[in-house]
Amino acid sequence: MRYFATMLAAGMCALGFAAPAGAVEMRSAVFRIDYPRLAPISRFDEVPEDLGFAGAVLATEDNMTTGAFLGHSYEIETVSVPPEGADVAFKALLEAGHETIVVLAENEDLLRLADMAGPDVLILNAASEGIALRDADCRANTLHIAPSDAMKADAVAQFAVWKKWPEWLLIHGSNPADIALAEAYRRSAAKFGAKIVEERVFEDTGGARRTDSGHVLVQRQVPIATQGAEDHDIVIAADASDYFAPYLPFHLWTPAPVMGSGGLRPVTFHGGQEAWGATQFQTRFDELAGRYVREEDYNTWLALRIIGEAVTRANTGEVAALRDYLLSEEFEVAAFKGVPVTFRSWNGQLRQPILLFDGRITASVSPQDGFLHQVSPLDTLGLDQPESACTAFGG
Amino acid sequence: MRGLGLVALLAATALPAAAEKVFVSNERGNTVTVLDASSWEVLEEFAAGNRPRGITMSPDGKLLYVCASDDDLVRVFDTETYEEVHTLPSGPDPELFVLHPSGNPLYIANEDDNLVTVVDTESHTVLAEVPVGVEPEGMGISADSKWVVNTSETTNMAHFIDTSDYTIKHNILVDQRPRYAEFTADGKWLFVTSEIGGTVSVIDMTGEAPNLTQKIGFEVSGVQPEWLQPVGAKATEDGNWLFVALGPANRVAVININTMEVEKYILVGQRVWQLAFTPDEKFLVTTNGNSNDVTIIDVEAQEAIRSVQVGQQPWGAVVTPE
Repeated sequence: MRYFATMLAAGMCALGFAAPAGAVEMRSAVFRIDYPRLAPISRFDEVPEDLGFAGAVLATEDNMTTGAFLGHSYEIETVSVPPEGADVAFKALLEAGHETIVVLAENEDLLRLADMAGPDVLILNAASEGIALRDADCRANTLHIAPSDAMKADAVAQFAVWKKWPEWLLIHGSNPADIALAEAYRRSAAKFGAKIVEERVFEDTGGARRTDSGHVLVQRQVPIATQGAEDHDIVIAADASDYFAPYLPFHLWTPAPVMGSGGLRPVTFHGGQEAWGATQFQTRFDELAGRYVREEDYNTWLALRIIGEAVTRANTGEVAALRDYLLSEEFEVAAFKGVPVTFRSWNGQLRQPILLFDGRITASVSPQDGFLHQVSPLDTLGLDQPESACTAFGG
Repeated sequence: MRGLGLVALLAATALPAAAEKVFVSNERGNTVTVLDASSWEVLEEFAAGNRPRGITMSPDGKLLYVCASDDDLVRVFDTETYEEVHTLPSGPDPELFVLHPSGNPLYIANEDDNLVTVVDTESHTVLAEVPVGVEPEGMGISADSKWVVNTSETTNMAHFIDTSDYTIKHNILVDQRPRYAEFTADGKWLFVTSEIGGTVSVIDMTGEAPNLTQKIGFEVSGVQPEWLQPVGAKATEDGNWLFVALGPANRVAVININTMEVEKYILVGQRVWQLAFTPDEKFLVTTNGNSNDVTIIDVEAQEAIRSVQVGQQPWGAVVTPE
C-alpha cells in the first residue's frame, strides 16, 4: 500500500551563465495519509491519486526555475500511506533526514506527527482545518498553510453580513467533525453580529445512493427536514463529512441561499479562478496534472512555494533560519489572491483571502469591504491574537 | 508597382497631417479599439484574435503588433486599413513585448513557458529563445538597445538580457509580482513595478552592473495599502516624471524622478493597467480594465480630462508616432 516516489524537476541547466556561489540544495517531503472514505456525493469530487502531489511537482518546477538563477536546487519526495502505516512511514522520512515536510492529514494525526518530528523539523500543514491546532494545540514547528475552520466560517459570515442576510438557519451533521464545524459558524455569527435563529441536525443514517434514483428520496426528505423553521435569510450547512450539504440547494422547504458546506463554499482555490494572474497558474497546473486544481494541490503548491521564496530571499537552506524568515515582517509572497500572503507570527497561520465558490465561479472573496483590523484586513478572518491560547510561538 | 507607391506617397504628404490614433487592446472583447488622438472619438473597433494584450507599433507607425495570447502568436495589422497583414511566431501565451527601436527584432515574454522569444520582424522567424524565470511578463529595452529587461512574476526577478548574444548577464530580485520594466530615455534609470509587493524598484544603470538603489512605495488615504498595486509605467522623454498605474486603486501615481518622490495621485477608471503617451507627450492614455474605458490625462497639468468607452476589458494602448 505504501509507496515512495522521488521527483526531480530536471532540465533547468544551460542557462548560459554561471551560478553564483552559496549553492543551496533544498530537499522537502510531502506526506499524505489516505483515509478510507465513501465515494463523494458528486462524481466531480472524486479524489485523484495525485491529490496534493501534483501541486508539489508544480511548486518544485517553479522553485527550480527561480533557483537556477541563484544556484539553488530543489528536490521533493512524496509519500502516501493508509492511517495505520502513518507513523512508521513518517519516522522513515525523519530518519532519511527530511527537515521540511508538508503534511496532508486529519487534525489529530497532524498533531501527533508534528510532535514526533520535534523542534528541528518544519511541518507545513496543507489540509487540517481544526481550530485547536491554531489555538491551545499549536506547535512551534508547525506552520498552517490551510486556513482554519474559523477563517472559512468568518469568510462566509462576512459575506452574509455584507449582503444584509443576518438571520441564519444552521443545519449541521451528526459526526464530530460536523459538530465542530457548526461551532465555528456559531462563533462567526456572534463575531459579526449575525443571528442563528434555529439549529437543526441532519442525522447521518448512511445517506442516499447517488446512482439509481437517490435524488427521488432526497427530493422528499430534505423539504421535510427543513419544514417549519423560524424565519431566516440563509441556510448555513455544517457538513464536514460531506453527506448532505450538496443536496440542500433547491430542496429546502422555504427558498433561501445555502452557504457553508453546500451552495456557496469557502475555499482556498478552485479550478475556475482566473483573477490576479491565476489563469497562468491554472494553465500550468492543468498541463501538468491533466485535471483541475483542488484545494489540497493549491495548499501544497503554496507550502513549497513559500519554502522556495524563503530560500531565495534568505539565501539559506537551514530550517531554523527559514522559519525565522517566514515569521518575520520581511516575508510576503504572491499567491494569485490579489494581496500578498504572510504569516501570523503568534500562531503560524498563513493570512490569506478566502474565495467563495458556487461550484463554477468565484462569487465573492473575503475579507469583505468594510471589515477592518488594526494589523491587516486579513486578520478579520479566523482567530485573532487576543483570542488565541497559542503560546508556542512566544506569545 | 514602384511608381504607384510613389504617387500614393505624394498624395499622402500633400494631405493635411492626419491626427494620431490610439490603439487599445481589449483582452476580453478580443478586439482593438481605435481612437482619434485629438477628438478622442472612437473611429473603429476591429477583431484582433483571442485575448489581445500586449500592443506596440513599428517606428514608422505603419504596423500594429498585438500579442494574441490565446492564439499563441503575434498578429500584425495595417494601422490604416486595420487588415491583418501577417502573423509572427511568438511561442506560447505571449503577453507583453518590446520592439527594438529600429523596428526589428521583437522581444516577446511567453508567460506559460518561462521564455523570452526573439523574433525577426522581417523574416518572421525565431532568432532565439532565452530561458527566464516563472511567468515572464514585463519587457523593457534600454535606449542604447544593449539591454532587454524581462521581469518574471513568480520568480520575482528582473533579468538583464544582453541583446548582442541573447544571454542573461544580470538578475536582480525585486518585490512580489514584477509587472513592468521602464527605462528612462537617458539610460540612467530602470523602473520595475511590483504589483503585489506594492513598490517600484529603482535600478541605477550607470554603473558597471545594474544596481537596485531604492524602492518607492505608495500611500493614498482611504485606500487599503493592499490595493495600491503598481502595474504599467511610463517615463517622460525628459526623464523628469514617471507615471505609474496602480491597478485596483484606480489611480495613476506621478513620481518626480529627480527626487524619487510621489507627488500626486490622479483618479482614473477602474483597474488601471497600462499607459501610453501621445508622441508630443501632452496626453497620457490609461487603460481601465474593469470600467471598460480609457482615461485621458493632461500630462502638464497632471489631471484627468476625460474618459472614453472602449471594448471589453481594455489591457494595453499604443499611439501612432508623429
